[in-house]
Amino acid sequence: MVLEEIVTIFFGIFTDYTLRYVALGSAILGITSGALGCFTVLRKQSLFGDALSHAALPGIGIAYLFAGTKDSLFLMLGAAVFAWFGGIVTLGITSTTRIKQDAALGITLSVFFGLGIVLLTYLQSTGGASQGGLDRFLFGQAAALIETDVLNLGILAAGCFVVLIVFFKEFKIATFDSAFGQSLGFPTRYLSALLTSVIVVAVVIGLHTVGVVLMVSMLITPAAAARQWISSLKNMLILSAIFGGISGVVGSMISSTTEGMSTGPIIVITITTILGISLMFSPKQGYLFQYIRKKRQYQNNSKTISSISKETNPRS
Amino acid sequence: MMEHKSEHRNLQEGKVYPIEIRNLSVTYRTEPALWNIDLNFPEGNLIAIVGPNGAGKSTLIKAVMGLVPITAGKVNVYGKSYSKQRSKVAYVPQRGSVDWDFPTDALDVVEMGLYGKLGWLRRPNSQTRKKARECLEKVGLGDYADRQIGQLSGGQQQRVFVARALAQDPQIYLMDEPLNGVDAITEETILSILENLRKEGKTIVMVHHDLQTVDKYFDWVVMLNRSLVATGPIKEVFTKENLDKAYQEKQRVSIR
Repeated sequence: MVLEEIVTIFFGIFTDYTLRYVALGSAILGITSGALGCFTVLRKQSLFGDALSHAALPGIGIAYLFAGTKDSLFLMLGAAVFAWFGGIVTLGITSTTRIKQDAALGITLSVFFGLGIVLLTYLQSTGGASQGGLDRFLFGQAAALIETDVLNLGILAAGCFVVLIVFFKEFKIATFDSAFGQSLGFPTRYLSALLTSVIVVAVVIGLHTVGVVLMVSMLITPAAAARQWISSLKNMLILSAIFGGISGVVGSMISSTTEGMSTGPIIVITITTILGISLMFSPKQGYLFQYIRKKRQYQNNSKTISSISKETNPRS
Repeated sequence: MMEHKSEHRNLQEGKVYPIEIRNLSVTYRTEPALWNIDLNFPEGNLIAIVGPNGAGKSTLIKAVMGLVPITAGKVNVYGKSYSKQRSKVAYVPQRGSVDWDFPTDALDVVEMGLYGKLGWLRRPNSQTRKKARECLEKVGLGDYADRQIGQLSGGQQQRVFVARALAQDPQIYLMDEPLNGVDAITEETILSILENLRKEGKTIVMVHHDLQTVDKYFDWVVMLNRSLVATGPIKEVFTKENLDKAYQEKQRVSIR
């Protein structure tokens, strides 16, 4: 019975017009943010990604104010500019004041988010019903994705991957050993800026599907899950992208089963489940196998100790 | 002894030095890290940079490569600016400066030494792989090529860094405390490699913390405490008097 239902939902991707685009859009987001999120995690900039996505919110409002349309390209452009700006503000605070990075991230994140909420509520109160759609960027609304949206997202994602593949070696050295990379003549600071820009694009893609609040988990969680299984950067990127993509598709399928169930949060729960499984069962670092290994070692140790003590002290 | 001295005098008159530092000052925010350093590194020597914590030892070698912004002065590598001589210099950063949990293996890290020669866009290939493997074998880690770097011991990690520098095949090695906290085998391996390199005429500059071993391992010493205290052949300048001068705290306070 249950299996039958699952099969029906699965084939829904091919038959149901709406679900197809929802699933496709979510998959594009999952794949892109999964791959790029590896760098966010390895550079220990997870919260930086969070600040970027929250900073994008006022950009959407301002883009709407100026352009007066809900055309997704305009809104994405505004979001990208503000996400970038938020990143620069964070870096500016840490490099020119005594405020440390965690505090600086907290400042940008909350201030930009607050500004964004003010703008969106203002627009909603003045413009009537037609602006109602803007608040979908808070938690995302994958169900509203249409063909042109998906096409735009696809083009942006393809751009991200071209940059990622072309500069893979440079990104790797800038992430692992930035000073050494610089000594070889690679401008690691510009490379970091480029990498941040690509992550901004991933954040913008995510605005439609999971929204600014949950975006960070699409960056961090697939990468953290992939790290449990994988020991080379390239494979980590690939697996993380696969995890992200799967959770996008599965999440949108699950949410399609029930009326009014938001896609974004379901996608996030799906990817977190994958992380949970990885933490438990990955062969090298998983809790389960570590527990077994430790127990076995403990038994071996106590056997050795007892045999030694018998040899040295045969009377007892 | 006299021969040794005259050899260096010859260098001073004719040849170009591997590294020439002229009136170099480096400032972090408002605090001076290096003050008016004037210094030549002679070719084919094992050179130690010593001084107390915060004396600017690491900053000095970073300034040579332009990794820290120079406030005043100039550095020449074989008579030209560093950016034109990158291929002649290999940098071995402090082991603690990178995250050893990074998902990669020993061979891959060594291969990074060849990224400079590859330049933009070109990918590592079977040749770079082969070269990296050779260098790993030189530091005695041939069997550890596929090992996750996080699973290597501290000494092995340090040797991976040395192998990466060897892969660059440079004239000058700039090393930041490669012997800090390593096991005896690693110290021996690194020193014998450096000894061979010196015989080939390479110049090795090393930030060194262990004053006990300076006269045993090195030919030349640079004693630093934000400003230059003394430099020259070990036998001439590595004296108690100079050590006292370099390690007294007063000087640092007065600069502030």
